[in-house]
Amino acid sequence: MSRNQKSTIVNQKSVLLWLAPLVFLALFYFYPLGSIFQVSFGRGENGAATAFQDIASSPALWNVLWFTIWQAALSTLLTLAVGLPGAYLLARYDFRAKPLVQALAGIPFVMPTLVVAAGFNALLGPRGWVNGALMSLLGLESAPIRFVNTLGAILVAHVFYNTTIVLRMVGDFWSHLDLRLEQAARTLGANPWQTLRRVTLPLLLPSISAAALLVFIFDFTSFGVILVLGGPRYATLEVEIYNQTTGLFNLPLAAALAILQLGCTLGLTVIYTRLADRLARPLSLRPARSTQRRLITWPRRVFAVVMLSLLFGLLTAPLVALAARSFTRLESERGQPTAPGLTLDFYRELGVNRRGSLFYVPPVTSVAVSLGYAAATVALSLAMGLPAAWALARDGGSKLNRALDPVLMLPLGTSAVTLGLGFIVALDAPPLDLRASPLLIPLAHTLVAFPFVVRSLTPSLRAIRPRLRQAAAILGATPMQVLRQVDLPLVGRALLVAATFAFTISMGEFGATALLARPEYPTVPVVIYRYLSQPGALNYGQALALSTLLMVITGGGMLAIERLRIAEVGEF
Amino acid sequence: MKKINFMVLLFLGAVLAACAPATPSVAPTQAEPRTLRVMTHDSFAVSEAVIQAFESENNARVQILPSGDAGTTLNKAILSKGNPIADVLYGVDNTFLGRALQEDIYEVYSSPALADIPAEFRLDAQDRALPVDYGDVCPNYDVAYFEQKNLAPPRNLEDLLKPEYKSLLVVENPATSSPGLAFLLATIGHFGEDGYLDYWRALVANDVLVVSDWNNAYYTEFSAHGGIRPLVISYGSSPPVEVLFAEKPLEAAPTGVISTEGSCFRQIEFAGILKGGRERDLAEKWLDFMLSLPFQEDMPLQMFVYPVNPQAGLPEEFTRFITIPAETSEVTSDAINAKREQWIREWTEAVLR
Repeated sequence: MSRNQKSTIVNQKSVLLWLAPLVFLALFYFYPLGSIFQVSFGRGENGAATAFQDIASSPALWNVLWFTIWQAALSTLLTLAVGLPGAYLLARYDFRAKPLVQALAGIPFVMPTLVVAAGFNALLGPRGWVNGALMSLLGLESAPIRFVNTLGAILVAHVFYNTTIVLRMVGDFWSHLDLRLEQAARTLGANPWQTLRRVTLPLLLPSISAAALLVFIFDFTSFGVILVLGGPRYATLEVEIYNQTTGLFNLPLAAALAILQLGCTLGLTVIYTRLADRLARPLSLRPARSTQRRLITWPRRVFAVVMLSLLFGLLTAPLVALAARSFTRLESERGQPTAPGLTLDFYRELGVNRRGSLFYVPPVTSVAVSLGYAAATVALSLAMGLPAAWALARDGGSKLNRALDPVLMLPLGTSAVTLGLGFIVALDAPPLDLRASPLLIPLAHTLVAFPFVVRSLTPSLRAIRPRLRQAAAILGATPMQVLRQVDLPLVGRALLVAATFAFTISMGEFGATALLARPEYPTVPVVIYRYLSQPGALNYGQALALSTLLMVITGGGMLAIERLRIAEVGEF
Repeated sequence: MKKINFMVLLFLGAVLAACAPATPSVAPTQAEPRTLRVMTHDSFAVSEAVIQAFESENNARVQILPSGDAGTTLNKAILSKGNPIADVLYGVDNTFLGRALQEDIYEVYSSPALADIPAEFRLDAQDRALPVDYGDVCPNYDVAYFEQKNLAPPRNLEDLLKPEYKSLLVVENPATSSPGLAFLLATIGHFGEDGYLDYWRALVANDVLVVSDWNNAYYTEFSAHGGIRPLVISYGSSPPVEVLFAEKPLEAAPTGVISTEGSCFRQIEFAGILKGGRERDLAEKWLDFMLSLPFQEDMPLQMFVYPVNPQAGLPEEFTRFITIPAETSEVTSDAINAKREQWIREWTEAVLR
């Protein structure tokens, strides 16, 4: 077989693998987005040109772009600084609380911004626990810590949300890295620092850069955190797009800003893709069991305790404050020394339809609705993401793959408001009149989950040595058998990571769901938001109670997925 | 083998189904209920019983489609003009009305029920957008704070500049918040286009705090909840809602409203039939229904707004804990439509930079 023929065959297979994901993206991403851009620019006087000139000539908008970039870069660095030592701990050591730590670290990912803000407020607000303690400790008149409306709040919230991405993507890959490589380096005289710098980090780079890219794009397109915690003095491109669209009806300018945001995402992803090609090395992955040590020596134990306290303090303290607040009665407190009483009233009240409202749903229903959408999202995003990741992994260097790889990340860099309106404009005629259909929700969630699924799977799939497949094929295995008995066991763990991401993204997604959810079947975040948008201590308490339930259910869901272990990297 | 069994069963099932006598339709006189699609902002709420009354009376099914905040909802209606998602749009208020009318999304419908509605609410002379309810956005205050400090709460907008109220007020950004915009309009209506920016500069000098949204202002910064500032921009109906949703039954409202001398801005919400929708006759009946007493009297406790129909009675909590202000600051919806962007830009320059 000549080389040319071979590469054609490879390409044909890749094309087949790409078919389903691309049709999906074309129908539910590119078509709506193209339509809304066309309609938006059509409404301006001179189309797209004027809108882009408006951006170019506005120093205010340049400031927005600059702020968007540097806050995202800074947030990403901080997230890595917290996440990488955490990933090391989870990857290299075996201890009983590990699944719990992983599940806890993943919970922030599902919490709606308004709820997270409430959690930080219970902790760091003007009458929060930390300020209260400091005031009584130091005898101060006013709260020493100002959190909301600061840059610090934005950075802390970004780290809070995204550390789990680093823990999962890097930690998973690290746990399968062959320990013997490091041991060999040590034997050859390298000190621990040299080993880390020259052996471990280079091997980890593909997963670190994949995680960093996702974190950066999330921070780059940040909306709720900037608006709610950062306050009116800070605006990212996404916030500006929202203001131009809903407040000012300047659709041409909003579309131009959305394209600018997409362009930045695309540019960054292209750079990443080029890098990833050079970084990837075939490795023999090992079962996590064989790479992990127990926490037996004292330095290890101290490191573990320090790291776990940091992770718990940062990632779970606001959530614990929130949960505690949902059991606390505060009404008697005003102005007086705090004498809060314990109460279950907020939980009890969740089951009561006080006003006979048409839209009241018991918590059981909203939880069931959320779980249903999450299950659909997991199934759909794995069905779309697995073939795409496989195509990327088997021949990352082919022209087709190099062109398509960056495209997969685009949904994450897309303005949610813009895409939401795109659905309205584009999906308006049979057979695709989905504008009022509940189907749109898992579709929208899958668009967000899809890049995560692909990014979680590709490093592991890439690391499978081609020779394993070839050996199996020579020994007479059919392609199906190779898939089932070689590939699947090797990527089982990565599949779980991907499924967990899809599950959590769907459970916590609010923006798209709020636009599309039918009031009779709201998800949990939608119901939380309903309570939060009304005055009254009881409404606020119920929002916190339901948020606590959401945390517990999501944490439980993640633990359950952890347990599945459909195919742990096995004997080989 | 299993597969074959399954196929056989499937086939048998199909045969049996074909042999069974055709089931007679359950009630031949009763036609299928028709579906009326109503697009709303996500604060819409109504009692189950009230909707059911309409449905059974008209053999209809009402499908409510919440479509995001008021601005997003209007955007959706404008972008789907001609092939709308719904038959009726509810929730455009007087700050968005000029835009909605300019985009020509509504059909004309002069409902007979409009005869009962006072002229002050009927902002569209051509009856495309019909007023349904109204509410006021006003400064609210924390009663306990002022009692403890032995300080009288401010009485009007001018009072908010006094030194004794320094660092006490929290407001929402008009660019991102609907009550924030309403309060900006109250100051424009009260101090005029020439004076409002000076007022805001003075507010800044008196250490006003600006946050992005109502939620942050009310639950994080307002001293009646998680914060330390006893003055907040909220709704005129917030005090009775505080009583309704208190942790323990309350005798008096924990918050009060500063509503005199034009310190409030009145938001009037409209409903209209969308051009190109289906079920025109059912949509007309729905609009008549929204203006009728059962719906009008249901609204206060569901959406915390006041009915436009003066015959509709208010619930006891409303009459007991608030008085609806007789005069509010006025800015016409045409002026808002023409100058919204300019005003927000000028405000941003003066207050945030």
